[in-house]
Amino acid sequence: MIQVNSKKTPFTFDSIEPESGLRAALGMSRADIIGEVSACALRGRGGAGFPTGTKWNLAAAARVKPGGAKYVVCNADEGEPGTFKDRVLLAEHADMVFEGMTIGARAIGAPHGILYLRSEYVYLRPHLESVLARRRSENLLGKDIGGVAGFTFDIHIHMGAGAYVCGEETALIESLEGYRGEPRNRPPFPVDTGFQGQPTVVNNVETFAWVVCILSRSASWFKAIGTKTSTGYKLLSVSGDCREPGVYEVPLGISVAELLAKVGGEGAKAVQIGGASGHCVPASEFGRKIAFEDASTGGSIIVFGPGRDMLAVARNFMEFFVEESCGQCTPCRAGNTKLLEGVEMLERGECSMSYLQELLALGETMQLASKCGLGQSSPNAFVSIVKHFKDEIMGRTLAN
Amino acid sequence: MLVGQQQRLQEDIREIVAQHGHDRSALIPVLQELQKRHTTVSDFAMQVVADELGIHPAEVYGVTSFYAFLRQPTKGRFVFRLCRTISCELGGKSRVARQLENDLGIAFGETTGDGRFGLEWASCLGMCDQGPALLVNDRVYTRVTPEQVHQIIDECKSTFGAHARQAAHS
Repeated sequence: MIQVNSKKTPFTFDSIEPESGLRAALGMSRADIIGEVSACALRGRGGAGFPTGTKWNLAAAARVKPGGAKYVVCNADEGEPGTFKDRVLLAEHADMVFEGMTIGARAIGAPHGILYLRSEYVYLRPHLESVLARRRSENLLGKDIGGVAGFTFDIHIHMGAGAYVCGEETALIESLEGYRGEPRNRPPFPVDTGFQGQPTVVNNVETFAWVVCILSRSASWFKAIGTKTSTGYKLLSVSGDCREPGVYEVPLGISVAELLAKVGGEGAKAVQIGGASGHCVPASEFGRKIAFEDASTGGSIIVFGPGRDMLAVARNFMEFFVEESCGQCTPCRAGNTKLLEGVEMLERGECSMSYLQELLALGETMQLASKCGLGQSSPNAFVSIVKHFKDEIMGRTLAN
Repeated sequence: MLVGQQQRLQEDIREIVAQHGHDRSALIPVLQELQKRHTTVSDFAMQVVADELGIHPAEVYGVTSFYAFLRQPTKGRFVFRLCRTISCELGGKSRVARQLENDLGIAFGETTGDGRFGLEWASCLGMCDQGPALLVNDRVYTRVTPEQVHQIIDECKSTFGAHARQAAHS
C-alpha cells in the first residue's frame, strides 16, 4: 500500500518553528516582505525559476479590476514525470505550504487563496481539508488573521482533472475558470490579468514552503546557500535505477555525480534531469551542476542504469507528450507525433542520418515556435538522447 | 434512457449545481461530482449541465473530452489506471499491464461486460519512487507486482454490493 513518506534526508522545514514565518510577516510592511523574498533571490521551485520576489512585486503593484480581488494560487498540479516532492510536502508539511500562501496573500493584498490539486492526489484532500479547518479555528485563516485588523484570507481546494499541461500557470487558470486547459497568450501575465481577470500569483508548493523558512530565518541565511544565481536548497525527487529513491533536500549547485553517490546510483549510464521536459545527461557530463544556470530541474531526477535502452526511454517520453499536448498549436500537436514516429523508425532501424537531422531541426522549430513551455521543452529529451547516444540508436536490427 | 431515470439524473444535476454555484468556474467540480455518482458523464447529462450553467453543450463536451479523468473511455464502477510513465516503466509496468489484461479479461480502454471494471493508462501518478503505481478510483497501490493484481481485483469485488458506492470512493 501507499507509503506517503519518501523523505531520504532531513528537511529544513522540520526545524522551522510553526507559524514563525507568518508571525514575522505580520510585523512587517508589505514592501518589506517582498523586499526579503527578493533579497534572498528565491526562484520558483516548479522548474521555470522565475524570481518569486519580482512576481510578488508585480502582483502587489497591479490594480484590481472593479468588483474583484487578487488571488494567491498554489500550483499543486505536480505532473512532470519523475516528480513527487510536492506530494511529500502536502502530506507532511501542509501547514507550512498554507502558511506560505498566507504570507503571499499579505504581501500582495489578496483575500482569496486556491490550492489547485491534481486529481491523481485526490487521496490527500481529506487531510488537507482538515488542516485548513484547523487553521481557520486557530485564526490563521479567515478574518483578522493573527489579530491583525483587516487581514482577511482564506484558501479553498480546487481539484484538477488529469491534464499535465495545467501545470503551466495560464492553463491552470483556464482550468480554474472551467475551461479546457489551453495556455493563454502572454502578455498579459497572470500577475496582472489572472484568475477571473484579476491580478494572480501562481507559485509552486515548494516555493511557498521556502518563503516561510526565509521569513523565519533570514534572506541572508538562504542566500548563503547554493550558487550565485541559484540560491538556497531544493527538494529533488529521485527515481529510477538507484538504491535509495525518494525525496532529497540538497543545496543547489550540487553536481550530478555527488547526487548519484548520495542516492546509490553510481555506475549510472545517464540521468534525466527535469523530467520528460528536461535533458538527458550522459555519464561523461556528471560533473555538471544541478542549478538553474546549468542542469535545471523542478525536482525530477531519473537515473538510468548501465543496461537501459535509451531509445526505449525516448519512446516513453515522446508517447507522454503526444498524449499530453493540448493540441492548440501546430508545432507541439504535430511535432511530437512526428518525433514519436521518428523513434519508431529508429527502433526498426529504418531512419537515415539525413532524416534524423530533419527531426532534430523539427525539434528546434518546436522549441522556437510552440506557444507554451510544454511544446517548447518537449523535444529536449529526444534531442539530448540522440545527441549523446547516436551509437546506440542508429542502425538497429530487429534482433537488438 | 427511461423518463424516470432522466428525471432523476436531472434532479441530481440540479442539486450538484446548487451546491457549486452557476458560475462557469463550477463546471469542472460539477462534472467531477456527477461522474462520482454516476460513473460516467453521458451526453444527456452534459446537456443538462449546459442548461443549468447557461452555456452551450459543446462547451461542456469540449471540457469533458479534454481532461483525462473526465473523458474516461471506460465506465466501470472501479476504474483501474496504471501509470505508464518512465519510472514505472523502469519498475516493470509492462508485466503488470499484461496481468491486468489477463485477470480482467479486457484490454486497456475497455470496460468489463458486467460494468464493474474499467482499465486505462495514466500519465505519471507521482509515485515514481514506488513504482509500478496503480490508481483504483481514489486509492493508490504502489510497487505492484503481476501476482498482486488478482488480489487487488478481489479486494474490489469484495466491496462491490450493497455498499459498493461508498467503498469505491472511500
